[in-house]
Amino acid sequence: MSYTVLVFVKQVPDTQNITGEAMKPDGTVNRAALPAIFNPEDLNALELALQLKDRFGAKVIVGTMGPPAAAEVLRASLYRGADECILLTDRAFAGADTLATSYALSCCAKKYGKFDLVLCGRQAIDGDTAQVGPQLAEKLGLPQLAYVEEVLELGGGKIRIKRTIEGGYEVLEAPLPVLMTVIEGNHPRPMNAFRIMKYKRARTKSELARDHADANYTDAEFLAEEVENLAGRNLLIHEWSAGEVNAAPDRIGLAGSPTKVKTIQSVVLTGGEAKSVEPTDAGIGGLIHELIEDHTLG
Amino acid sequence: MANFFTENKDLVFTLEHLDLEETTRLRENNYEYAGEFDGAPRNYADAHDNYQRVLTVIGEICAENIAPRATEVDENGPHFENGVVTYYPLTVQNLKDLNDAGVSGVMLAHKYGGLNFPVSIYTMMTEMVSRADASLQNLFGLQDIAETISDFGSEEQKDYYLPRFARGEVDGAMDLTEPDSGSDLQSVRLRAWQDESGQWYLNGMKRFITNGCAAVHLVLARSEEGTVDGRGLSMFICEAGPQLVVRRIENKLGIHGVATAELQYNDVPAQLCGQRRRGLTKYVMSLMNGARVAISGQALGIAEAAFHEARKYAEERKQFKKSIDKFPPVYEMLTRMKIKILATRTLLYETTRAVDLRGVYEKLAENTENPSPEIRQQAKYWSRVAAVLTPMSKALSTEVANQVAYDAIQIHGGTGFMRDFPAERFYRDARITNIYEGTTQLQVVAAIGGVMQRHNDERIRELMKLPYEGTLERLRHKVVALYEKQLKAVEYVAERKDAEYQNLVARCLVEMETMVLVGILMLRDALKCTEREVLVERYIIDSEPQFEERYLRVLSGDLTMIDKHREIIDY
Repeated sequence: MSYTVLVFVKQVPDTQNITGEAMKPDGTVNRAALPAIFNPEDLNALELALQLKDRFGAKVIVGTMGPPAAAEVLRASLYRGADECILLTDRAFAGADTLATSYALSCCAKKYGKFDLVLCGRQAIDGDTAQVGPQLAEKLGLPQLAYVEEVLELGGGKIRIKRTIEGGYEVLEAPLPVLMTVIEGNHPRPMNAFRIMKYKRARTKSELARDHADANYTDAEFLAEEVENLAGRNLLIHEWSAGEVNAAPDRIGLAGSPTKVKTIQSVVLTGGEAKSVEPTDAGIGGLIHELIEDHTLG
Repeated sequence: MANFFTENKDLVFTLEHLDLEETTRLRENNYEYAGEFDGAPRNYADAHDNYQRVLTVIGEICAENIAPRATEVDENGPHFENGVVTYYPLTVQNLKDLNDAGVSGVMLAHKYGGLNFPVSIYTMMTEMVSRADASLQNLFGLQDIAETISDFGSEEQKDYYLPRFARGEVDGAMDLTEPDSGSDLQSVRLRAWQDESGQWYLNGMKRFITNGCAAVHLVLARSEEGTVDGRGLSMFICEAGPQLVVRRIENKLGIHGVATAELQYNDVPAQLCGQRRRGLTKYVMSLMNGARVAISGQALGIAEAAFHEARKYAEERKQFKKSIDKFPPVYEMLTRMKIKILATRTLLYETTRAVDLRGVYEKLAENTENPSPEIRQQAKYWSRVAAVLTPMSKALSTEVANQVAYDAIQIHGGTGFMRDFPAERFYRDARITNIYEGTTQLQVVAAIGGVMQRHNDERIRELMKLPYEGTLERLRHKVVALYEKQLKAVEYVAERKDAEYQNLVARCLVEMETMVLVGILMLRDALKCTEREVLVERYIIDSEPQFEERYLRVLSGDLTMIDKHREIIDY
């Protein structure tokens, strides 16, 4: 039995390594100033999917909604072990909040067809809402398992997982198909040299057309032939527009987003630093080490 | 994300300007493999892009995964119980990360599942892995064993072993040293004997074997009964099994993460690798030369790690109301450390370039029917150059690693003496590099012939003809002056025809040669990037007095050391 696993990922601005001005004067994120990275917990979702592939046999399909440049995270998924990728891109998707995003992704999943599992990272570092995964489950009518750490068993149309809860963990079982959101903790595998050398040539149709335009080719037939050729070598990244996934225009992008940002405040925390230290040898050792490093001790 | 490749300006510069076009074209069979293997490059630009991408991935793994685990690996190390070596779990994870990244067979041919990258690129990985955890390099570097099988093994041996190495399923060990045969490998005694069916067996002891618990071993053994020298030795492949016993693992000063084992061979079944009697003279020499390049990379990685810690500390540490890197003795130390690292890297990749070219031309000469005189000439030329540069590079890198690690502790002051900071680990790890795979003293022995025969002259003269101007032209004059003195010193020693005197001053001559060659190479680099002018200026100004001191010693003709050392030692 081979499973079909959809993983939805997001390209995000690197909010942890801020260079330059991170926010624009109007309070929105200045994406141009921040390097674009693979959302960290989405890497954990991809890793979990790849582990399912290693353990039980699965086809891993990675999808993302974003501008054309988001194809980069799809290639990064191919470098790590994904089998197939979908870029959901259309100007009409722009400005989406979590409701419009989860709707668009649900259209994408439906268009893909039959699947056994849908995986998402718990949340993206640019919005930190953790809403898209659960909303997507609702729209697809799937049971959802959030904060998943590890898959314990998969078989007989069921999955058993371990998930983190406050102060401990919980083991849950759910029927397939199911949606899971994954938290950090598994160790995402590195990109593989052989896969990089092969899949660095993976392109979406538009990227290929742009390569042709750069080289001054405008022959549509030749382009179609090349697209075929890439598809034949498993190097074509699917590129779907709003129309192609049958998304209702009033439910996507800005039009489908009821969220309105009223004001944004930059909160600067004041007051003394607080720090909790685990009452273990390792915790105390760490504290002592820090104090030595500070030259508070020694 | 931290990255030991993209954040290392000098390494990025090196890759960008390292001319591997000829090597890559020949390795890739004029890019004909592109049709046959997924990912094999279509042209040099494509290959270079692959190198850059893969180095970026390894740079990230080294900085983000491996380096943070190094202290714990150093504190724990492998465990030995009931004849079984178990690596520390984080070491196992490190190896898994590297294997997942697809770099278990970096230099192996495409058909065996390797990346078919040149030695130069592999050495860059070596450097980064060592910077993260020097002990891990002793495991990562064992790819040289697969490389040796690839060069000298039979087709069956290659088909059987190489894909397993490339997939990371087996690890290797090279079993050379014995209790009474260290530097003098000609005296190896481990016995290889054949039964009536022709099956070989190995019997005896080996000592100080890095990763002696490996699955696959290359063993230097005496196959010719009654012989006592190197011509009675052959190379064998054997696998771990009940007859191959790990007796103990060593308790070492540094490189704690890797097991160094004593092995007992109780008639271990083995296969001959290559031809009889050529074990030491050809195969082990080749294996050791590869390993010497790798140790140069390891030493450079340790130096880089030590420098970064020292620099960081000197910026953060405040005394007398300012950070200590504002004080002349400290910034002088940091500057010297940095220049030594740059000089080392310059010579190392000049070396790997020659090793790469030797490799492709030797293969071409071997695999072509009636190779053209030009091919044979190239093979011979690069073989000579690689033979002199490899020991020069190892001597420089490993001595520099020790000096830099020493200064890094000095900059930390008392803190550097404590286990809480990694400076002391670098100091311990560096200490073996100028000992194993041949001590610095033996590297001098290996290099002096090429220095006396002037095997670097062609390259030095070619680089001197580049169009330098202004400061660079003034610096070139300085290097030319050193070069002329070097020629004079070599002539002086040659004319004396006194082997003892030559051995005594050999190290001076090799170090002087290094200063001339590195000086002109760094000048060339400054032509490509004006930011590097200050680097070569510093290198040459600092080298002049050091060169002069050695020059005076060589030309002194002083024999008092030879005549009177015994009286002094015995006093």
